[in-house]
Amino acid sequence: MSVGLLAFGAYLPQLRLQRKSIAAAHGWFEPSLVGLGRGERTMGSWDEDSNTMSVEAGRACLADGDRSRVDGLYIGSTSFPFLDRQNAVLVGEALSLNSDLQTFDLAGSQRAGTSALLAALKGAAAGEQGLVIGSDKRRTKAASAAEMTYGDGAAAVLVGEGDVVAELLGSHTRSIDFIDHFRTQESEFDYQWEARWIRDEGLMKIVPDAVNALLHTSGIDAQDIDHVCCPIGTASEQKLLAQKLGIKAEALQDSLQNNCGNTGAAHALLMLVGALEVASPGELIMLLGFGQGCDVLLFRATGALAKLPARTGLKAALANRRGEANYFKYLTFNGLITMEHGLRAETDKNTGLSTAYRNRGLTTGFVGGKCSACGTAQIPAAPICVNPHCGSVGTQVPHPFADTSAVLNSYTSDRLTYSMNPPAWYGMIQFAQGGRIMIDFADVAPEQGLQVGMSMRMVFRVRDYDHKRGFRRYYWKAAPIYAASGE
Amino acid sequence: MASGIRDKVAILGMGCSRFGERWDANAEDLMVEAYTEALADAGIETGDIDAAWLATALDEQHVGKSAVPVATALRLPYIPATRVENYCASGTESFRGAVYAVAAGACDIALAIGVEKLKDTGYGGLPQRARGTVNDLFWPNVSAPGSFAQLASAYASKHRMNKADLKRAMGHVSVKSHDNGLLNPKAHLQRKIDIDMVLNAAIVAEPLGLFDCCGVSDGSACAIVTTPEIARSLGKNDLVMVKALQLSVSNGRELQYNDWDGSYFHTTRVAAERAYKEAGIKDPRNQLSMIEVHDCFSVTELVTMEDLHISGEGRASHDILDGFYDADGQVPCQLDGGLKCFGHPIGATGLRMLYEMYLQMQGRAGARQLKSDPVFGLTHNLGGFPSQNVSSVTIVGREGA
Repeated sequence: MSVGLLAFGAYLPQLRLQRKSIAAAHGWFEPSLVGLGRGERTMGSWDEDSNTMSVEAGRACLADGDRSRVDGLYIGSTSFPFLDRQNAVLVGEALSLNSDLQTFDLAGSQRAGTSALLAALKGAAAGEQGLVIGSDKRRTKAASAAEMTYGDGAAAVLVGEGDVVAELLGSHTRSIDFIDHFRTQESEFDYQWEARWIRDEGLMKIVPDAVNALLHTSGIDAQDIDHVCCPIGTASEQKLLAQKLGIKAEALQDSLQNNCGNTGAAHALLMLVGALEVASPGELIMLLGFGQGCDVLLFRATGALAKLPARTGLKAALANRRGEANYFKYLTFNGLITMEHGLRAETDKNTGLSTAYRNRGLTTGFVGGKCSACGTAQIPAAPICVNPHCGSVGTQVPHPFADTSAVLNSYTSDRLTYSMNPPAWYGMIQFAQGGRIMIDFADVAPEQGLQVGMSMRMVFRVRDYDHKRGFRRYYWKAAPIYAASGE
Repeated sequence: MASGIRDKVAILGMGCSRFGERWDANAEDLMVEAYTEALADAGIETGDIDAAWLATALDEQHVGKSAVPVATALRLPYIPATRVENYCASGTESFRGAVYAVAAGACDIALAIGVEKLKDTGYGGLPQRARGTVNDLFWPNVSAPGSFAQLASAYASKHRMNKADLKRAMGHVSVKSHDNGLLNPKAHLQRKIDIDMVLNAAIVAEPLGLFDCCGVSDGSACAIVTTPEIARSLGKNDLVMVKALQLSVSNGRELQYNDWDGSYFHTTRVAAERAYKEAGIKDPRNQLSMIEVHDCFSVTELVTMEDLHISGEGRASHDILDGFYDADGQVPCQLDGGLKCFGHPIGATGLRMLYEMYLQMQGRAGARQLKSDPVFGLTHNLGGFPSQNVSSVTIVGREGA
């Protein structure tokens, strides 16, 4: 049986920071930024981090698939919020995966996404199904090139044996301590070395070595490769690389610099998702991961690709956008500017870990209850059924709400309560299957607002930051589904 | 079968502090201000009081836990004293405790006192506090205005009402209360406003603007209750009697079960129906002489007119704009300025409403005294959020009514 990719999905935060707004702010200080001030980059909201984006990419990938079949969850990121508390376990529970699950946080390199994929593919060869997610939301210094060129995002692929949409033909990895940039426990931001050196000694030497090694062992001709996902380098640098390798220039996938930015450990997988969306059966896809060496993977698209149900991939993730011209919002969301948050922000956000553990079915999984006596769905689940005509005790079985559509019953936009992104939008939503909840909203377009009766969907987000203790707690929010996305 | 509270208990005396930003006073000072007035009004001494109930909602902001603060502030002589809290309906809860104790024959004379000292937070609006370790994990980040503002979106949607028309009717609610508050020397806000000021004010929580929100105040109010027989033995005539005292508390149905549309208070409807039955009132629209409702926000007052079955469903805005609830209307509402202008020191509020009923029935309401003699007065004291709340309806009236 073939081993390879069974499904894919992607998630990009809705907001797109206009680079010209960064250039306008910092061009006086660093004129080189003016030249970079074109296009837009994805910008996670204040309540998004690599974990929330992992969950959304995972949901897009798994779609209506059988989640109980997932044996392993592999997440690659260099911006895991928790250093000692496994992020993948949280993501797995938010995705309502089976708890008999192998989980891995793979960090420490921009290669983390492709390395996660390689690890999962090894498991797939042993008959396991693995969900691989790359996700990154990297903090950057104001007026840095990184601020201009990075983006926030996540991508996921499901790996296993069977009716794969892309079959693994081979892979090769070279591990070389080439430090193009680094970030340590003592440093908040990336420390970056000169781009010309990275091009000459990294992209043009380490990558070709790895690619040629794989082409040699797999007996594939570089000219026959149809799609190359190269997550590093500028477009012109990538052309030089293709030339050197003998790869067709048109095989180079768009590296999304103009409309997304580089999403770090997610980027290779994000580009892979993009390639899978356009590949025809039989076409060859080469995936590169670069960072202290190079991962190269080679896939062949299969006929199953066309049969895969529609999903949120790169195209849909790119299309779900809202331009943001206010650079200060980016600084505020990322804590890069000392804002006056006011006295209302001082409310203690301490989390009882025992409380959170006991209630994590609700808070992480968004699982409520369904009364086995009367069938009433309700969230949170409760010992006594809420149906006034039932009232049965101890009859509720776990019932998932995260992927159920809902309509808006009532709402407000609140300028009094503390919010990192005022006004705070919240209200009551009602689920199609029964059940309702009063809940915070996310991704409300201020110019469009909300209307009672409109459709809402659930999204996984950060609920509170406890700056005093460095903790953050997660929960679900409701996001409006606007008739036409974009501006 | 329970016969209800009607005519079993009389109000012997009442007091109320000046409400407002009382930078000069601790909660204890405010309690003493209200209490000394009530004691003099009742014509008794502290030693005559058999039991006391203290209402505070945000005790963490001022007195702290237990009834010890009231026993200490008033130097109560080691009598039973209890602190009660039921959101913003706490004041009425203290009254209920005292009235039931007298009705049960457990006490001859009982004291209900409420106090809140809200203006020591350092910012405007109600204090933002934690809501319990489990609730903090999943409750939305609501403020009071944001929670009540949702009534407007649901109400407009249900009655297919233009949002601007609803906002204008809500605006009249506030203009009317400011007019009334001007005549109340104890009121926090004593300033005339007009509809344009309301409509043009900064939005706090859509669609509620600054003038759609009540004041956040310091203050205290208190009631001394006894049996009608004891009241008469103390030389009191024309007693103000408790006719009904009802409370309804949400059980999660509005919040979790899909049969509530978010545009009204289920609890208020239940409490009102029970209260009218208890008081023997068949036609509230024509029998009530005056009402004090929990106008924490203009929209709350608007929907409450329907929940109390005074205005028909969907008709509140018409009655409001027709002046039905104005001081010279058929059922004057918030004669003392309401929460909007008298102010809203939470624990005191339910008692403050009764204070106005009591003054009006005794003809002691000064410049705002009703021309016609009131027979029945209703107070509606609400706490919580539209989707989960505590709603109390109290009716007081003349002896024999």
